Amino acid sequence: MNNRILKRIIKNKASLAGFVLVAFFALVALLAPVLAPAAKANDPYQIPQSSYDMTPQPPSALHWFGTTEQQYDLYYGVVWGTRLAFKVGISVTFFAFLIGLLLGATAAYFGGKTDELIMRFTDIVFAVPSLVLAMVIAAMLGPDLNNMMIALTAVAWPSYARLVRSDVLSVKNRDFVTASRALGARGPRLLIKHILPNSIYPSIVVASLDIGYIVLTAASLSFLGLGAQPGTADWGQLIAMARNWVLGDGGNTFAYWYTIVVPGGAIFLFVLGWNLLGDAFRDILDPRQG
Amino acid sequence: MIRYILRRLLLLPLVVLGVTFLLFLLTQRLSPEMRASLYIKDPRQMGAMEEVIRKYGLRDHVFKQYGRWLGQTIKGDLGYSHSANMPVAQAIKEYLPATIQLACATILLVLFFGIWLGTLSAVKKDKWQDIAVRLFSVGGFSLPIFVLGLLLLMVFYGKLGWFAPGGYSVMTDITIHGASFHHYTGFLLIDALLNGNMRVFLDVLRHLFLPAVTLCIGSFALMVRVMRSSMLEELNKDYVRTARAKGLPETAVIYRHGGKNAVIPVITLASIQFIRLLGGTVIVETIFDYPGIGRFGVTAAQQLDIAGIMGFSLMVAVLFVLGNLLCDILYTAVDPRIKLSE
Repeated sequence: MNNRILKRIIKNKASLAGFVLVAFFALVALLAPVLAPAAKANDPYQIPQSSYDMTPQPPSALHWFGTTEQQYDLYYGVVWGTRLAFKVGISVTFFAFLIGLLLGATAAYFGGKTDELIMRFTDIVFAVPSLVLAMVIAAMLGPDLNNMMIALTAVAWPSYARLVRSDVLSVKNRDFVTASRALGARGPRLLIKHILPNSIYPSIVVASLDIGYIVLTAASLSFLGLGAQPGTADWGQLIAMARNWVLGDGGNTFAYWYTIVVPGGAIFLFVLGWNLLGDAFRDILDPRQG
Repeated sequence: MIRYILRRLLLLPLVVLGVTFLLFLLTQRLSPEMRASLYIKDPRQMGAMEEVIRKYGLRDHVFKQYGRWLGQTIKGDLGYSHSANMPVAQAIKEYLPATIQLACATILLVLFFGIWLGTLSAVKKDKWQDIAVRLFSVGGFSLPIFVLGLLLLMVFYGKLGWFAPGGYSVMTDITIHGASFHHYTGFLLIDALLNGNMRVFLDVLRHLFLPAVTLCIGSFALMVRVMRSSMLEELNKDYVRTARAKGLPETAVIYRHGGKNAVIPVITLASIQFIRLLGGTVIVETIFDYPGIGRFGVTAAQQLDIAGIMGFSLMVAVLFVLGNLLCDILYTAVDPRIKLSE
C-alpha cells in the first residue's frame, strides 16, 4: 500500500470509518485469548455453557452481553466469533485465490484448447448462485466448520480465475514479455517471474476485499445449520439460536433482543467495515466512478 | 443475434450436465441406502431397500449410475423427496411459482426505491439527502438478510401484528384448495384476481410483503449507486444544459430529459439482480417460512434429501442460464447500441 492510497482513505470519512472498523475487529481477533480467556485450551472456539437452561438470560455482570438458549455466553461467542470470522474469511479467500490463480494463469498463458477447457469448467461453477451451490456442497460433505470452508472455497474461485486470466492476457503480449522470451525465458519461469508480478496485484486487492462477503456467506450457511455446529463461537450459528426467541415471551416482544442484536450487530459492523473499505479501493482503482 | 442465442442455448446442456455430474460425484460419498431415495417413487418402497439398491445398481460405477439418472431425469422423473413428502417434480411445480412471485414483487420494490433514491441522491449531490441515501444503502447492503428478516419479524409480526409468516392464512388455504377456486397459472396473486377473490389476493399480498421488503433492502444499494452515477453523468451533458437554457422547469429537466436516459443501465441491472434474487430467496423463505423453492432446497439440504437436492440444483442451474440469456437479449432491446457478438 503506498502513500497516495493511505492519504485518500484518511481524507474520505466513509472509508476512514471502514478502516477503523476493520482494524478494530482485527484487534479483537488478535486479542481474543486476552479479552475472553479460553475455556477449553484445546478447543477455544467452543463457547462455555453455564447451564442447560433453555431461556436466554439478559446482560449481567457475569455475562456482559447476556446468554443464548442453553446458556452459551454471548460475549465469549462474539469475541471468539471475530477470530473465527477472520480465520474463515482469510483462509477461504486465500485458497480460492490460489485455485483461481493456477487455473486462470494456465488458461491465459497456454490459450487454445487448454483455455477453452478451463474456462468452460469455470462457467459451469459460475452458473449456479454461489450460496445455493455452497449450501448443497456443505450439506453433502456433512455440516461442520471445515466442510463449510471447503464448500465456500469451491464456489469462490471462479471469479478469481476470470480476473487472473484477464490480467495475464493484458500483459502477455507486452514488449517486456517478448523481450524476456527473446532472452530465452520459457514456460513457468516466464509466467511466474515476469508475467504474474506485473499483472496480478490489483486482483489480489480485489480478492482480499471479498473477506467481508465470504464471512457473510459463511454466516448464512451456519444460520441455515449447514456450517458451524451449535456451541461454536460463530456469528451465524449464534443468530440461528436466536430464531426461536424473536417473538419474545408473550408480554414483551423485545424480551430477548440481545440474542439477535449482539451477534447480528457484530456481523453487520464487520461486513460494513469491509464494504466501506472496498468502496474506497474501487474508487481508487477506477477513478471514473464518482 | 440468432447465432448468439443459439450458441448460448448450446451452453445450457453443458452447464446442466456439468453441475449435475459434479454434484452426482459428491453424492457417491454417501451410502447406497441414502442414495436410493433418488429412485424411489413411493415411500412404501423404503421397506425393500436392498432390492432397490440392486435394481438400480447403486453400487455400480459412477458413470453408469449417472447415465441412468440422466435417462430418468429426461423423462421428467426426478425421484421422491422425503423432506417435502412428494415427488420432486411435483414439489418444484408447486413451490416455484411462489418464489417467482416473490422475486417479481421484490424487483418492483428495488426498481422503485432504486430509481427514486438514486435520482434524489444525484440531484442533491453532497447535500444531507445524498449522504443519508448513501449511508442507508451501504447499511442495507451490509446487514445480513437473516438478521434483517428476524428484526422485521420481531417488530411487524411480534410487536405490531401487521404481517404474518407463511405464504397465506388458514382461511386462504381452505379457499384455494376448495373446488370452486381455479388454478389458472399457479401464481396465487394472478389466480386470485382471475377468480375475482379479493380476500385471497390481499391475504397473499400481506404475506408477500415482509419477505419482499427484506430482500429489497438487501439488494437495492447497487441500484441506487448505478442510478446515482448514471443520473450525474446525464445531468452534465449538453442536452440537459440546452433544456435548462430554454427555460424548462427543473423537474421536467430531471425526469423527462435526464431521467429517461439515466434509467437505461438501471433496467439492465434489474434483470441481472432478478436472477441473483433467486439465490437470496433461499434465506428469506426459510426465515418467513414462505412456501417457495428456496425453502424446499434448504429443507432438502438440511435433511440430506438427495433427490430433493439434485432436483433443486438442476432447476436452479436451468433457471440461471436461461435468465442470463434473457438478460443479454434485454440489453440489446433496451439499448440498440449494444451488439451481441460471436
